[in-house]
Amino acid sequence: MSNERENSRAVGPGHGGAPKRGVKIKGAGAKDAKKTIKRMMAYLKPHWFKMAAVCIFILLATAGSVASSMFMSVLVDDYIVPLTKMANPVFTGLFKVLCIMACIYAVAALSTLFYNRIMVVIAQKVLKDIRDEMFEGMQRLPLRYFDTNSFGDVMSRYTNDTDTLRQMMAQTLPQLFSSAITIAAVLAAMIYYSIPLTLVVLLMTFVMLKVTGKVGGMAGKYFVEQQKSLGGLNGYIEEMVSGQKVVQVFCREDETKEGFDGLNEELCESATNANRIANSLMPIMANLGNIMYVIVAIVGGFLAISGWGGGLTLGGIAAFLQLTKSFSMPITQVSQQVNSVVMALAGAERVFELMDAEPEDYEGSVSLVDAKYVDGKLTEADGRTEWWAWKEVCEDGSIRYTDLMGDVRFKNVVFGYNEDKTVLHDINLYAKPGQKVAFVGATGAGKTTITNLINRFYEITEGSIIYDGIDIKKMKKGDLRRSLGMVLQETNLFTATVRENIRYGRLSATDEEVEEAAKLANAHDFIMRLPEGYDTLLEGDGANLSQGQRQLLSIARAAVNDPPVMILDEATSSIDTRTEAIVQQGMDKLMQGRTVFVIAHRLSTVMNANVIMVMDAGRIIERGTHEELMELKGRYYQLYTGGSISELDMQ
Amino acid sequence: MIKKLSRCIGEYKKDSIITPIWITLEIVMEVIIPMVMAKLIDLGVDAGSMSAIWKYGLILLVCAGFSLFFGVMAARSAAVASAGFAKNLRREIFHNVQTFSFSNIDKYSTGGIITRLTTDVTNVQNAFMMIIRVAVRSPLMLIFSIIMAWSINARITMVFLAMVPFLGVAFFLIMRGAFPIFERIFKTYDKLNNVVRENVRGIRVVKSYVREDHESEKFKGVSQTIFKDFSKAEKIIAFNGPVMQIAIYTCMIGASWLGAKLIVGGSMTTGELVGIITYAMQILMSLMILSLVFVMIIISKASAERVCEIIDEKADITNGKDPVFEVKDGSICFKNASFSYSKNAEKLCLKMVNLEIPSGSTVGVIGGTGSSKTSLVQLIPRLYDVTEGEVMVGGINVKDYDITTLRDSVAMVLQKNLLFSGTIKENLRWGNKDATEEQMVRACQQAQAEEFIEKFPEKYDTYIEQGGSNVSGGQRQRLCIARALIKQPKILILDDSTSAVDTATDCKIRAAFKNEIPDTTKIIIAQRISSVQEADMIIVLDDGEINGVGTHDELMASNQIYREACLSQQKGGDFDE
Repeated sequence: MSNERENSRAVGPGHGGAPKRGVKIKGAGAKDAKKTIKRMMAYLKPHWFKMAAVCIFILLATAGSVASSMFMSVLVDDYIVPLTKMANPVFTGLFKVLCIMACIYAVAALSTLFYNRIMVVIAQKVLKDIRDEMFEGMQRLPLRYFDTNSFGDVMSRYTNDTDTLRQMMAQTLPQLFSSAITIAAVLAAMIYYSIPLTLVVLLMTFVMLKVTGKVGGMAGKYFVEQQKSLGGLNGYIEEMVSGQKVVQVFCREDETKEGFDGLNEELCESATNANRIANSLMPIMANLGNIMYVIVAIVGGFLAISGWGGGLTLGGIAAFLQLTKSFSMPITQVSQQVNSVVMALAGAERVFELMDAEPEDYEGSVSLVDAKYVDGKLTEADGRTEWWAWKEVCEDGSIRYTDLMGDVRFKNVVFGYNEDKTVLHDINLYAKPGQKVAFVGATGAGKTTITNLINRFYEITEGSIIYDGIDIKKMKKGDLRRSLGMVLQETNLFTATVRENIRYGRLSATDEEVEEAAKLANAHDFIMRLPEGYDTLLEGDGANLSQGQRQLLSIARAAVNDPPVMILDEATSSIDTRTEAIVQQGMDKLMQGRTVFVIAHRLSTVMNANVIMVMDAGRIIERGTHEELMELKGRYYQLYTGGSISELDMQ
Repeated sequence: MIKKLSRCIGEYKKDSIITPIWITLEIVMEVIIPMVMAKLIDLGVDAGSMSAIWKYGLILLVCAGFSLFFGVMAARSAAVASAGFAKNLRREIFHNVQTFSFSNIDKYSTGGIITRLTTDVTNVQNAFMMIIRVAVRSPLMLIFSIIMAWSINARITMVFLAMVPFLGVAFFLIMRGAFPIFERIFKTYDKLNNVVRENVRGIRVVKSYVREDHESEKFKGVSQTIFKDFSKAEKIIAFNGPVMQIAIYTCMIGASWLGAKLIVGGSMTTGELVGIITYAMQILMSLMILSLVFVMIIISKASAERVCEIIDEKADITNGKDPVFEVKDGSICFKNASFSYSKNAEKLCLKMVNLEIPSGSTVGVIGGTGSSKTSLVQLIPRLYDVTEGEVMVGGINVKDYDITTLRDSVAMVLQKNLLFSGTIKENLRWGNKDATEEQMVRACQQAQAEEFIEKFPEKYDTYIEQGGSNVSGGQRQRLCIARALIKQPKILILDDSTSAVDTATDCKIRAAFKNEIPDTTKIIIAQRISSVQEADMIIVLDDGEINGVGTHDELMASNQIYREACLSQQKGGDFDE
């Protein structure tokens, strides 16, 4: 029994999970704990019928075990002792009672089976619901959340933290319930036999609980320490192993080892402390139980022999002693579960924290609909018409349709990632449908930030962005983003086939459309060279592809989406010049008839732009066509000629 | 495998051995205690003798005291031994990883190495603790309890023993049913992790294509599989308890029946009956725990194998005999060098490369995606070994150098460059532990990093977050260059290391190289023609082969790939930040 906890931990899914980092086991206030428990209970609510069944089965199972601990004294007093006094003992009575007991035991065993089986399914179902809810909620979190929370941290909420809940629900909860029933039943029996002895037992129990609390508290403290040093070590491992190649290039192996050894030693120490205490709990509890036994025997013997016990018989003491053992067992079990409860509460808190994070507001009064012209009037269509319109529900309930054209205007836009630091100052710009706007400027000038505002990855602080004459704040976020194509700085592919990755741009795209898009992005050729062409499975963010190939795929993905507005953020930066020339042709085709915002690196891109915005320190400092800007001989000219300008890279 | 792992017990051998001893003693006490309890009842309570109660009560207390002492001692030494074992195991792995070559690292992948160092070690550690504590405890308990029960009454004990095969078969069936499912679950968990990982990493893509629901569906699919499998497995495991109960209850009824007859017959006391039932419980409990230990060991076996695999991995790049400890100059020579990442690949990344690079020259490397530019330069500091042919630095084959000596002389700024958490100074000191303040400032000036460092409020003491996430891409690249310069290398390799630096700064960095470290051989991989235009020698790579070598003018005249690239970039004017 002493190892149940360890076992279940090993069977659990800590397996492929992220390292447990920074698991905080706060001494959560009783109020918080209560709230957390209440919330967890809410997940059990839909299963109330099954839960009720579980309760009944636990009751039956517990009754069986209580009966078995009482049975001994009955057996001895009512059957064996009378039998010994008979000249010709008849065993039929004993046989009968044993048969009855066998039935009770059978019911108990079956009940145990039933409640275990029902409970594990409920627990798993609840976990699934929690995970799903967590993931669904996470999809709606603003980017800001992902900027400020590390991946490992988010990850461990899905694995380590939910796993603590599994243990709690599948094991701890039934155990606590059954222990409580056992304790109550045994206590009742004890009172029936002797009140004074019961008082002795209760006193000892009090001591046992105190000791558990004390030891548990100590273990908890060391446990937190252990988690902290584990987090530290894992962090170090992650950083150093990720940078292993750099370590080698700089011959820093010895220093790296040294750093590791220090943290490793620290962890060893705290782990020793935590385990030492946790391992000690069991012998301490068991032997306190033994001591209780002795005290009860002595006090009971004294009472019975002196006759002060109020009719306490010697047989009664024997029975009581048996009860004492039955009593200390569930107490020990409960004390063992304390740790698991504390951990589960900490886990649950972290899970709920993720769920409670403020989501993005997706709602808006303007949505994107398939449209058609009927008698020269724009109306909503049922099927896909390759023509879209913004449908605005006005305050008075009337509906207004506007063509989706791709006209984007920034009006006095001010933005900062946090309140105290403004990144963009007073940005004014417009792009008429089909126009191409190129941004150039140094790192940190705010080019990427501007593009992140159009699709409302971040919300602007002041000013407004008007899209086809409508403030984007009024638009449903999903629809706004659907109307914008994006090729981002970092390509992210998913574990799926090449075809599915491209189709990510528009799930309804046919195979032909996917291939067409790939051809447009000039990705078709290299895809055909892959072992299974379009059905090649990409894994680990497309690790089996080169950087350039991954970018071609992400361009194809945008192409299949076929949006009226495109945002290209350094999309071609690591495609070599030859490949890029090919991509460029495709991109040019893609850009035709679309409004394009491009963060530019290449001369050809800027040359084709209708307007170039030269950005510096969050401001547009020059604007115009290539010729106009060259004429101006300003910052653009300096950038273009590669002439040295000291402030060029100022942040 | 066991031999290898047990080596890691090392200095914790004493604790590892003493744990079972303490446990044995504890068990002796635990076995004696029910016996004393039986006597207490028979001779004390039943006989109504207060003095016997006192006597056996005291004995019991003493036993309990010893049991507690042994138990706590066992707990202590088990904790020391297992934590120490895990520590050694981790150290063994980590230290071995430090000897790994690039190809070793590629083989395991960063994630693979991290998992082994964390989750797998924890699994093995738990199994180890189980072994020294429970694997000793349960069999001993089993044996002692059987002996004790036997000494009370052999016939009743036979009933208990009859339960053993029943339990054995039942547990075996349960495990056989559940184990494959658990294995499958672990795999599904990996999948779940993967979905979350890709989702978090690619959240911008998800959001810009409005694929939130699609992602949720995907996730739900995986979580549904986990739900189904886990429920299935746990439903099988749920048989454990009832099976155990059946065994215990059968024993109790059997013992009661036989015991009653014996007591009536006068060959047994009631106290003995109570005692023998206690032993029955202990016998069955130990069996159950034994079966659980067995499961745990099986589960951790996979982890243990993964751990051993990485401990066993031999670095494939090591010092040769009598290594050379000095690099004469920065000249480089490739002789019929061919290279492929895997040993038996049909396709070579580099084919028969022949190159002669004089010391102190500036060399540009240009080529399309996948043309093996990086592969080429990685051979110089011997990050990989050539498959065929040889690479020489300073006139000596790189394989003959002491690796540290070679890499100290060849500084390389990797394409995927990284900074580590720590101050700028600490990061710079990676290049040279004893670098002075002036040296650092100097290197930063050359790398054009000084101006932005000076703008940070804490200047050189600015704390860099893990991976350098709090500086911009261009700044990171310049810091990485400065870090390499501090080594004062004979050869400096920049693998596309200024891609996020604007053209003007790039130009200044190159000028600094030219003027301030003229004796260092500089190899620059670049996408931009302007970055290599002025090099003494430009190498054009195409699909792992040298397509052309020469100066800008020569290549413009003779090399089609170069000319195309150049024309498409025109005058070298582009707008990389």
